[in-house]
Amino acid sequence: MASDRIFGLVCLITAVAYIAAATQIQTNLFSGEFLPKLFPLMIGGVAALCSLTIMFRPDPDPDWPVGRTWAAMGVAVLVLCVYAVMITPLGFILPTAFAAGILSYQISPNVKPAIFAGIGLSLGLFVLFKFALGLGNIVAYKVPTAAKLWDALTILIPFVGH
Amino acid sequence: MDILANLALGFSVALSPFTLFLAVCGCFLGTIIGALPGLGPSNGVAILIPIAFTLGLDATSALVLMTSVYYGAMYGGRISSILLNIPGDEPALMTTLDGYPMAKQGRAGDALVLSGVASFVGALLATVGLMLLAPTLARVAFFFGPAEYFALYLLAFCTLGGMASNNQAKAALAACMGLGIAMIGVDSSSGLPRLTGGNLHLFDGIDFLVAIVGLFAIAEVFFFIESHGKGSSIGVKLDKVRIPWKDIMATKWTMLRASFVGFIAGILPGAGASLGSFLAYMSEKSIAGEKGGFGTGVPKGVAAPEAGNNSAAGGALVPMLTLGVPGSGTTAVLLALLMTLNITPGPTLFTEKADVVWGLIASLLIANVVLLLMNVPMVKIFVKILSVPAWVLLPGVTMISFVGIYSLSGSYFDLLLMVGFGVLGYILRKLDVPTVPVILGILLGGKMEDALRRAMTLSDGDPIYLFSSPIAIGLWVAAIAGFVAPMFLRNILKKPQAVTD
Repeated sequence: MASDRIFGLVCLITAVAYIAAATQIQTNLFSGEFLPKLFPLMIGGVAALCSLTIMFRPDPDPDWPVGRTWAAMGVAVLVLCVYAVMITPLGFILPTAFAAGILSYQISPNVKPAIFAGIGLSLGLFVLFKFALGLGNIVAYKVPTAAKLWDALTILIPFVGH
Repeated sequence: MDILANLALGFSVALSPFTLFLAVCGCFLGTIIGALPGLGPSNGVAILIPIAFTLGLDATSALVLMTSVYYGAMYGGRISSILLNIPGDEPALMTTLDGYPMAKQGRAGDALVLSGVASFVGALLATVGLMLLAPTLARVAFFFGPAEYFALYLLAFCTLGGMASNNQAKAALAACMGLGIAMIGVDSSSGLPRLTGGNLHLFDGIDFLVAIVGLFAIAEVFFFIESHGKGSSIGVKLDKVRIPWKDIMATKWTMLRASFVGFIAGILPGAGASLGSFLAYMSEKSIAGEKGGFGTGVPKGVAAPEAGNNSAAGGALVPMLTLGVPGSGTTAVLLALLMTLNITPGPTLFTEKADVVWGLIASLLIANVVLLLMNVPMVKIFVKILSVPAWVLLPGVTMISFVGIYSLSGSYFDLLLMVGFGVLGYILRKLDVPTVPVILGILLGGKMEDALRRAMTLSDGDPIYLFSSPIAIGLWVAAIAGFVAPMFLRNILKKPQAVTD
């Protein structure tokens, strides 16, 4: 009940924001005044209607995970985000080993298999992608300067990065 | 005779040693992907698209590879259904109802081979149906103007929302999310950015591959972290595998009927394979009656949903190829593949790119035969693969997804976006909001808006134009009926619950 009401409310706010953004769409002589706005406005309207329906006729709550699992998933999201920005300055092997190892540990909390999975997946996938499939833009490792590393990390910090 | 000539053209395109090699690789890979719990056809094909794209294969080879993976995954889905009672994907749910009880009786091998044969029959008949029906429908599609296309896209969203989900409002909201995301980017007519919030990375729009991989593959990791990878061990042991001729002969009419039912369900835009296997199972159950023993592990209960499921997968290709409207999650992913290869499905595809279409159809037939030959003797190998532990599998899938998306654009932004879609996918699935309409919305949003804009330009802004032809009115009526009718039918057509131990 409660989850659906919250979800409906979040979607309703998003839909209203979307409609507001759609009315501000820039137009010019080629597109006409109204056509670029029409479809986004329709989508926003239908979405707002659906959100209201969900708020007023909610389904039963799903089984949400307990607090510790939420924390684990938060860590997983953070790891994946850091991995996403580190793969360019550090190359493939090192970040992949860490990210795969941590994820593996989170799925099944045993240290040794997790280390094994991280290193094995990282080296195995590198060989597969680089040599068997020949994907061009994957680099084994890079030695970054501290400034570059910091640059990459700031991407994840709101209002500081670019 | 026209069809035979076209088919010969298709085989001349698709039947070279290299493409045959690709078909075998694709089928093998696809069966593994389908068999692994948590990796269904949709996310399996999705994570492979960027990789197939960066490999630099030409259009035909890429199509052969990916359709083999697609069909392979449809085959593979039954392995985990029967042995573990875990459906690899949604349509395979029906197979667990009789497949798992049959495996518990010690007839796991029989069930696997029988379902393999049923899959083959369903897929083969559907491919024949596709060959007969698609060119005709392509000719009808020439009568479609912008008003008709707009109504058709609406129909796809409505039937998808109506039949494939439990709550219409949630399905419609999911479609709106997808459509809303599709609007982001530079507007084609004015050349000005829309809804980007000034972010330069968004000027190109959001790549549907990023969304697909995020929603399907990355979201799965969170589910496994939540469950700590439980339920991925072997449930039932597999003994000797023999070919159960008796069961195959006894179920031949079931297979034929189920294939027919599945094909019809597959053609409906938006309905897809889940509906196909469901209807096939339910109709066979009612034909067999109480004495049929459906749900206790009878061969017919294994053959019917598998034939229906694979036949619906073939049927779903009919609207996808002729009208550009996919009928299921997996065909939506295949549509994404075609768009990545710069092939626009639609009526002109059959006349202008006949070699691609008939090459695709020929490769479906090839993949089907390869799969049957591969599945009966090699089923033991695939069963071994099921025992890959989740703590290796899921990190591996995640890393492959990252590499795939990274090799497409080389941008950290797409990777972060993919993680974001992963989180979104987890929350949506938790709240019972279907994710397939989101994908379909992102894929079709641009085209749907184009159709609407053209209609408005032609009619000088008169909304009545959208209902101006009989075809358009018919599609609108079907759309509304497809969205509303399941609300009333839900009590009658209750989905059977999975068997529990």
